[in-house]
Amino acid sequence: MTAAATLPRDARAAAAEGPLLAVRDLTVHIPVPPHVLRAVDGVSFELNRGETLGLVGESGSGKTLTALTLMRLLEPPLAEMPRGEVVLEGTDLMRLSEIEMSALRGRTVSMVFQEPMTSLNPVMTVGRQIAEPMVRHLGLSTRMATMRAEEMLRLVGIPDPARVARAYPHLLSGGMRQRAMIAIALACRPALLVADEPTTALDVTVQAQILDLLAAMQREIGSAILLITHDLAVIAETAHRVAVMYAGRIVEEAPVASLFAAPRHPYTRGLLASIPRIERRPEPTLPEIPGMVPGPAERPAGCAFAPRCGRAQPRCAAKAPALLPLAPGHRAACWNPEDG
Amino acid sequence: MIGFVARRLLQAIPLLIGVSLIGFGLMHLAPGGPLAVYTLNPTIQAQDIERIRIIFGLDQPIHVQYVKWATGIFSGNWGYTFFGGRPVLDVILERLPATLLLMGSALSVAILLGLSIGVLGAVKRYSVFDVLATTGALFALSFPTFWFGLMAIFVFAIELRWLPSGGMWELGEEGNILSLLQHLVLPTLVLALVITATWSRYSRSAFLEVMHQDYMRTARAKGVPPRARLLRHAFPNAAKPLIALLGVEVPFLFSGALVTETIFGWPGMGRLFVDALGMKEYPVLMGMMMFTAIFVILGNLLADIAIAAIDPRVRLR
Repeated sequence: MTAAATLPRDARAAAAEGPLLAVRDLTVHIPVPPHVLRAVDGVSFELNRGETLGLVGESGSGKTLTALTLMRLLEPPLAEMPRGEVVLEGTDLMRLSEIEMSALRGRTVSMVFQEPMTSLNPVMTVGRQIAEPMVRHLGLSTRMATMRAEEMLRLVGIPDPARVARAYPHLLSGGMRQRAMIAIALACRPALLVADEPTTALDVTVQAQILDLLAAMQREIGSAILLITHDLAVIAETAHRVAVMYAGRIVEEAPVASLFAAPRHPYTRGLLASIPRIERRPEPTLPEIPGMVPGPAERPAGCAFAPRCGRAQPRCAAKAPALLPLAPGHRAACWNPEDG
Repeated sequence: MIGFVARRLLQAIPLLIGVSLIGFGLMHLAPGGPLAVYTLNPTIQAQDIERIRIIFGLDQPIHVQYVKWATGIFSGNWGYTFFGGRPVLDVILERLPATLLLMGSALSVAILLGLSIGVLGAVKRYSVFDVLATTGALFALSFPTFWFGLMAIFVFAIELRWLPSGGMWELGEEGNILSLLQHLVLPTLVLALVITATWSRYSRSAFLEVMHQDYMRTARAKGVPPRARLLRHAFPNAAKPLIALLGVEVPFLFSGALVTETIFGWPGMGRLFVDALGMKEYPVLMGMMMFTAIFVILGNLLADIAIAAIDPRVRLR
């Protein structure tokens, strides 16, 4: 029992003052005989109201699985695997039934996916798809919700929203569809938006527009955003804080400026070094991190990055380091961190 | 949409001409010829046959015969039967209601059952129910329709005496709905059995495919409850291949009805076809072939229109 439990406050007030989302020791171990794939391995982070946290990592690092887990969107048999807590506004989502969870999805927590081309229902008008969560969660009439849907389309910067609301998805471009997806996700003004690689499938020029839109919508609605991406440039542009994932764990977490200025984990430093920079030109070869992300079979007992790490020490291979604060707001999981 | 329908109707015309050419040709290549049946009758003499040949126009060159017959088809004169000299179209049309009744009831039962089994199987994939349904469908598909028909008669009509073994009415009770329904049960079940099996398989795979689409995850992510996801999001998408299946299944229904109607003595078009075949009633056979072809083409056209109504992307083409 902590001191907070003894204070004469009701839980809701405490929740309102605490972080919006607290993920604690989230673990998804998938048995892949003869191994166990530790796809998400004890991930903990917090997200405050109105804040944007970037979750960055290579493919296979477990970031999308983390997102799907906290949305409780995993399908059987994966749905049974996750352990840990996902506390949103004082409620542990992991303990909710599917019915209770479906009442929160789209209302308190929403998601935007990577693939705008296939994420919209092809045989339903765009307007109906935006109106649907408002009818379900806010109890609006279909007519009322359809009007609000047009308003949402205007808000996400779609010209001629009345016409687009009556159109089917195949008539829209990829960027337009992602705007429509964002309109669907934000229709009920959720407290949390999970955006899983929202710009990856889009043209570079459109990517910037969508990121600007997300930031603008955050100012308008006040949603916190968990932005999942493999692209550090996207993080730099949009997020307040960053969490770097490697092999199912968070290896470093810091405010954006602090992480880009002084990365403490050797993996983060390697990631940052491998971004091509115009001012470093001409550079003979782009620095890269040697080796590959370890598969489930060869994951070492200690730090998963140790086999690729230039600063590795004997104890790195023996025991995994904990995520510990090195500076205010800056945590890293490393036995031998870089200098700040 | 109107242009789409008009275009499809125009496309049907060369198809029908092709069917009529092939059918007409096949009938004339058949050994014996239309009048072979009379040669076995000792009371009919050679000059009578010659006279019949001239009356029916069978002495004329084959292309003249075809043109006469084909223009007749399009103007409503489908020729006359060899036996009795009745208009072919009348003979076919008076059998149509019985066949439509049987096909309609069998199809309704089969779609309702097959769709439910398929959807349940897709939702509870690899469950005991799914495995049983799959095995059952395989069983139903691997036995011939007539076997099921005979077994049904043996069990329900002869042993249990619950239902009549054949016909459409009890003698002297023509027009009695209750009697009609009693007679309808067994042929409907037998005809529906095989269709249910195919439908459960097709709808299972159609729903499985749709349920793993990204937009179904989107529906979940915005909090649409399971039943609404199934009805509002999955169903319209999964229905497209099933409607197309319905369109091409019409000919199968005709052939299935043929066996079922014969076994149960159901006075429909299937029986008419079998009888006409036995009596070498060429005008009736060709008429029925054209009738079936028109039915199949119309069925497919309706299926295409229904798909276009569901899916806006189809209308563009």
